[in-house]
Amino acid sequence: MKLVYFAWVRERIGKPEEQIVLPPGLITVEDLVRWLRARGEEYAHAFENPKVVRAAIDRRHVKPDAAIAGAGEIAFFPPMTGG
Amino acid sequence: MATIRIQREDFDAGREAETLTAGRTDVGAVVTFTGLCRDEAGALAALELEHYPGMAEEEIGRIAADAEARWPLLGLTIVHRYGKLLPGAQIVLVAAASAHRHAAFEAASFLMDYLKTQAPFWKKEHRADARDSWVEVRSEDDVAARRW
Repeated sequence: MKLVYFAWVRERIGKPEEQIVLPPGLITVEDLVRWLRARGEEYAHAFENPKVVRAAIDRRHVKPDAAIAGAGEIAFFPPMTGG
Repeated sequence: MATIRIQREDFDAGREAETLTAGRTDVGAVVTFTGLCRDEAGALAALELEHYPGMAEEEIGRIAADAEARWPLLGLTIVHRYGKLLPGAQIVLVAAASAHRHAAFEAASFLMDYLKTQAPFWKKEHRADARDSWVEVRSEDDVAARRW
């Protein structure tokens, strides 16, 4: 599965994207975040306040309880500040 | 069907408005909104706009389709820039055409409120004193988007 990161989430993790093989048992975006946080300091820093970080699955906004099964690309980013 | 462009280049709001009305006589109102890179007392050196390629176009397309379903628009153009922008530069354009003014005004306002909170763009300020910082969400923007 491809993970992509933007803005300060990208800066904290230290890369714009990565391919990752997920362990079995991760059902939702929330589960994925919990697993990522345990991967290292940079991830723990990026997700130190998981409620702030937004997610998109295959380029659509999703809530933390969204299922990740079948996702091709999952993105994590801060609240948006465009316009 | 809205015209949506995500680009590094600048845009010409007048030309975009003319394109919406060219060759037709049923348009009674065109509202254009242009968002600019604003400096406060010389503190801002530049603004860096990051976006999520692919999702930016798709998400703005969804917001535009929502606007077209809510108001009887005769034309709609949205341009959003990315990259490094200097104070005074244009960032975003919404141009809405309709038979009557209320639909054009309201659709443009709705689109801007939703672009600010839903379109995947992030602004980083490069400050004159060399401290860089990501722009934080303004709670007024969330409130503005919820009123629709």
